[in-house]
Amino acid sequence: MRVTFPHMGNLYIPLKAMLNYLEVDVVVPPPSSKKTLNLGVKHGPEFACMPLKLNLGNFIEAREMGADTIIMAGGCGPCRFGYYAQIEHAILKDIGCDMQLIVLEPPEKNISELIVKMKKITGSRSWWQVIQAIRFGYQKALAVDEMEKTAFQVRPREAKPGATDRAFSEALTLIDNAASQVELAEARKKADTIMAGVARKHGAPVVRIAVIGEIYTLLEPFSNHRLERHLGLLGVEVDRSIYLSEWVNDHLLFGLVKNLRSSKDACASASPYLCHFVGGHGQETVGSAVNYALAGYDGIIQVYPFTCMPEIVAQSILPGVGSDYDIPILTLIMDEHTGEAGLQTRLEAFIDLLARRKETREAVNR
Amino acid sequence: MKVGIPRALLYYYYYPMWRTFFEELGAEVVLSSPSTRVTLTQGLKHAVDEVCLPVKLFFGHVLDLTGKVDFIFLPRMVSVEHRKYICPKFLGLPDMIRRLDGLPDLIGVDVNLYRKNRDLYTAINKVGSLFTGNKFKIFRAYRNSVKTLQKYCRLLQMGLMPAEALAVLENNVGDKPLGYPLEMNVAVIGHPYNIYDPYISMNLVGRLKEMGANVLTAEHVPEKILRSNAARLPKKLFWSLGHRMIGAAYHYLDRQDISGVVHVAAFGCGPDSMTGELIERHARALRAPFLNLTLDEHTGEAGIVTRLEAFLDMVRWKKAEAAGL
Ligand code: SF4
Repeated sequence: MRVTFPHMGNLYIPLKAMLNYLEVDVVVPPPSSKKTLNLGVKHGPEFACMPLKLNLGNFIEAREMGADTIIMAGGCGPCRFGYYAQIEHAILKDIGCDMQLIVLEPPEKNISELIVKMKKITGSRSWWQVIQAIRFGYQKALAVDEMEKTAFQVRPREAKPGATDRAFSEALTLIDNAASQVELAEARKKADTIMAGVARKHGAPVVRIAVIGEIYTLLEPFSNHRLERHLGLLGVEVDRSIYLSEWVNDHLLFGLVKNLRSSKDACASASPYLCHFVGGHGQETVGSAVNYALAGYDGIIQVYPFTCMPEIVAQSILPGVGSDYDIPILTLIMDEHTGEAGLQTRLEAFIDLLARRKETREAVNR
Repeated sequence: MKVGIPRALLYYYYYPMWRTFFEELGAEVVLSSPSTRVTLTQGLKHAVDEVCLPVKLFFGHVLDLTGKVDFIFLPRMVSVEHRKYICPKFLGLPDMIRRLDGLPDLIGVDVNLYRKNRDLYTAINKVGSLFTGNKFKIFRAYRNSVKTLQKYCRLLQMGLMPAEALAVLENNVGDKPLGYPLEMNVAVIGHPYNIYDPYISMNLVGRLKEMGANVLTAEHVPEKILRSNAARLPKKLFWSLGHRMIGAAYHYLDRQDISGVVHVAAFGCGPDSMTGELIERHARALRAPFLNLTLDEHTGEAGIVTRLEAFLDMVRWKKAEAAGL
């Protein structure tokens, strides 16, 4: 059995760690690219949202590398994601890529279910080993997030353009290569040093922007045209409403880790604008907008894939948050036709607007 | 007291029930006018671009009621059956609508049967108590409204279209001569608010009839048959309407007396993009005549007519071939 899974940003690092720990043969698909997307567009339903098409492309590419089993998260609606796996499986079968499918379904809402499914993949490994493996994967997710947060801080301040990106990818490789908990602790230390070593220039960044929205397009840089990197290079300090470890905790570990920033807080802040969950992260999107406004951010960018229903609800409601809290909100909708050049122009205009607002405000306050 | 009900979305399923309920409690029920270009234009103006066509139209119907009624009935339809949702947008609809200016008061209540059926009665009570303190009166209104709904569903299952069933319930069936038997049966599968709204569907059902086809929809199939057919999926669908559409499509695709299936999707509809794919794959595997129509605000009438005609020609040709002609 050679196992593969869809890409979502750096998710491959913790997943691979977990599976390798259990000595499962893993095929990590090549990073999502134009080719991946083209494969998905060619074989996927025209009106499916982009994540489905990229997943499909990932699987086809992994298949070419010898993968024969897919593991994937499931869902119980109301958002489409919960039915992705089944549709993708049917499509793959039709185009002659018959692969075994293992879906980790959340309605079972119980960590033991995950372990049972994991045992299906790992066969003879003991419970203890499975639990250790899950823990190991999760620690990697945390380490990756730490590096990413540092990168958000450093990028707008870097003295030499591109230095952060280089350090960040070096740090990721270190974490990715760590084969045991001991090695991981080592790698974390080294990675910290590398990130801290990026030379910074004086003068604080001009504006702070929070990025919120649909989880996949937030976490997968290919799907958002490396939005956060663009912002950073334009001198913006970025924060993101959700990080990998939080997603892993919510969707794969069913909230096992308790003291994380939880989506509950974000949902609570969504009222009175959106008083009910709407599937996906729609309510979190609205709530995070409120929280970021309160935290003094200069602007907010909502990102989602074309036709994502929970985010459309959020988008309809965000203008209310924007005017009540007097904070500009930009919505970016990603699909296979979105071009990087157009995006760059829109970002520059938005940042200009934020900078000017900030100047006027500071002038008034002085 | 005047209660307004928008002639959109779940109106096509629940109007008879809602109406009976409010009337029994002594309210006057006012329905928004049938969809027109104006309704849609209003909706387009006030909803974000990305929202689907039926929700835009719903905005238009709500606006049509403003100024005409004291209340608009706008329940949050989270779930109408165990372990199924309608669509994420229904969950957020009241919050999207509330942002409109100058609305009358809204009667909002969460209808959520995701966990258990009993929760419906809590919701009903809440609405009823806006009109009367008499619990018994509310209960009676509720019971009668359920009876009306059952009657309506039976009429649909006999093969009537929603508008025809309503006419029977309201006792105003015109004395029209019966039509000639039509030469073939075509199944039209789509969300009720897309296929039964004559404006949005560009009178799809009527047109098919004019072209010689008898039309069958998901609402004509008994619940049990729908369910057993939908159970053929590898995983249960968690959308009530999608589940119904799949069940009906699979059922009709198996039936020898159905000559073709038309799937109607709204542009940008999430569930449609998934169920449409499943239905189309199934139809293709069976080599059954299948047409996929996607409706949006730019869809031209001429284009639809041409495609329907071409589709029916193909169906006729296949039938002739099968008959060895
Ligand atoms: S089911 Fe589709 S068409 Fe209906 S409201 Fe939801 S997204 Fe729109």
